Amino acid sequence: MNRLTTLFIGFFATFLTAWLGLVIIPYFQFGQLEPQVDPDTGDQYPAFRTGLAERGKQVYQANGCIYCHTQQIRPADLEEGHNRGWGARRTVPRDYLFDRPPQLGTMRTGPDLTNVGVRLNDAAWHHEHLYAPQSKSPWSTMSPFRHLYRVVKIQGEPSPKALKLAGDFAPPEGYEVVPTPEAEALVAYLLSLNRNYALPEAPLE
Amino acid sequence: MSNAATSKPVSAPLPDIHDAADRAAVDASCRLPVLSFFASAVFWLIVGTVFALLASIKMHNPQFAVEIPASLAHWLNQFYPLVPANTVETLNGALTFGRVRPAHLNTVAYGWASTAALGVGIWLMARLCRVQLRYPRFVTAAAVIWNIGVFVGTAAILLGESTGVEWLEFPAYATFILFIAYALISIWAVDMFVHRRPGHVYVSQWYIMAALFWFPWLYATANILIHHESVQGSVSAIVNWWYGHNALGLWFTPMGLAAAYYFIPKVIGRPVHSYYLSAFGFWSLALFYSWNGGHHLIGGPLPAWVITASIVASVMMVIPVVVTAINHHMTMKGNFHVLEYSPTLRFVVFGAMSYTLASLQGTTMAIRSLNTVTHFTDYTIGHSHLGLYAFFTMIMFGSMYYIVPRLVGCEWRSAVLIKIHFWSCAYGIIFMVLILTVGGLVQGLMMRDAAIGFDKIVENMVVYKYFRSVSGVLLTVGHVVFAFHFSLMLLRLGRTEGGPTLFRPLETT
Repeated sequence: MNRLTTLFIGFFATFLTAWLGLVIIPYFQFGQLEPQVDPDTGDQYPAFRTGLAERGKQVYQANGCIYCHTQQIRPADLEEGHNRGWGARRTVPRDYLFDRPPQLGTMRTGPDLTNVGVRLNDAAWHHEHLYAPQSKSPWSTMSPFRHLYRVVKIQGEPSPKALKLAGDFAPPEGYEVVPTPEAEALVAYLLSLNRNYALPEAPLE
Repeated sequence: MSNAATSKPVSAPLPDIHDAADRAAVDASCRLPVLSFFASAVFWLIVGTVFALLASIKMHNPQFAVEIPASLAHWLNQFYPLVPANTVETLNGALTFGRVRPAHLNTVAYGWASTAALGVGIWLMARLCRVQLRYPRFVTAAAVIWNIGVFVGTAAILLGESTGVEWLEFPAYATFILFIAYALISIWAVDMFVHRRPGHVYVSQWYIMAALFWFPWLYATANILIHHESVQGSVSAIVNWWYGHNALGLWFTPMGLAAAYYFIPKVIGRPVHSYYLSAFGFWSLALFYSWNGGHHLIGGPLPAWVITASIVASVMMVIPVVVTAINHHMTMKGNFHVLEYSPTLRFVVFGAMSYTLASLQGTTMAIRSLNTVTHFTDYTIGHSHLGLYAFFTMIMFGSMYYIVPRLVGCEWRSAVLIKIHFWSCAYGIIFMVLILTVGGLVQGLMMRDAAIGFDKIVENMVVYKYFRSVSGVLLTVGHVVFAFHFSLMLLRLGRTEGGPTLFRPLETT
């Protein structure tokens, strides 16, 4: 194996098999999926995300939520996600149709968020939790995302968007904590996370 | 082939340059580019270590460094409008866990590991092709471009421009800069190979040539499909992990093995045990490793065949790993006492042994029944540190201990500093992997029991995260000592008299 050409044919051939197998065939086999449309109501699953929620997905990506939270439920024989209330069924390729790129995650330092919009359907809760996670879950080791909020002096009437924080987490007297547009987009994205619908290939259990 | 094979020696000797002046000329030709790569590698190692410590501490102490100190914020605000109004918020954002964590991965993977690998690779190719490096400034320029790419990409992550794709967080504009630099180096390596002196092509050369060929293909495919074409979610996921695993398997691993295959025989002065095992190990690695990526998505939203193919390939990886381990062990056999003297050999053998361990562990992790426990836990983080640190990084340290004195013309200042470096890194990484492995198993077993609340799991993990930070401090000590020692070498403050710096004086036998 002393000739450049011989070597390169070998390098090329070995790598080509995996490139075809794990990239090209998947691309053609499940790279052009269509959403499921309910013939009676016309609803489509998964639902297309609104502009604000899609913007929120970018905030989710930029702030590295993926390093602690997954967005995938494995089959019931592989994990307890179903029993922890994280999802009613395993997730399948069509669930991620509009996720470009998906935020599947590889680590569960925190709980799975596949269906967090169903489980915790309250924008105010999410804002307070993002600003001060320990105010909602004292046991949490989640980083506070205070840079997505502004502590501002109350000018006249308090803002309707101001977070209702108590005790140690509250801002100083005369100040309030308001979300930035990024925080509002992020919460819209979290509330949009719902994969608890039936698909022919993945019925609700 | 059969004729050539029968005339070939069963053991593979190193094709080295026997004339000292000739060898010095070859070394001198790569001095500037290789030292540029090494100096930037050491710089990014320190930067990556700082990010690692920050991220690690934040995992058990989330209130740590959430915001820049109030006095600094106050001071900065005085300069408004010279300093933009939202500067403090931007800096606070850059400190968040979700940004320093990818900043750590990318600075150590692309800043430290890749840069060190390129430096070692260039030097090895020059030595093994037995030719002087042509146009060294061309390669030095590639080093500068590479650094700009890593800097731009890391800054982008810290400023909130991350793509949110693990191992590919750098946005397209940074990726493009890296790709240009890489292409320059690949082209140059082929040029070197074409102009090599006639004779035997050594196993390290296959590994380096292959890695330099595979990585751009890998990197381009992943970036184009995920960032440019924005393929659908599940395809994006498999491409992501095909890339992520191959970055380790077909880029870092071949470069690490190339160095191990060179330095072990070189230091002990014996040929590699078997030419055939080398070849068998290489081609089986090329065939199986490239298929491994899907095991990161076991149970994930993908057709079963993709996952199963990757599990099969992961099990097949036992072949190249065991073959390489046997080959290295048989080469070392009867020479283990050299570990007492040679810093290079000690680092490289530590790395080679860790390679066997990390790879076999990886195979077991791809088995579904174990994966149900270890997936989504710190066990995986332990495994990746066993691979990228205990194997790859240790081999790079060992290689640099050998190469740098030959480029700067003086010997390492102090055996004590090398000893501190070795032991703090060796104990640090062993401790870290153990903590993460045990912690990951506990975490995984608790998660498999739905009766245990998630809050209990999080609380239970804090102590492991804490001790992981302690192990990180040990690694930091080693890195700072090494960076200091390396700086002395760059400043030509090494020893100019006597032989190579050994752990203890060589006993004449």
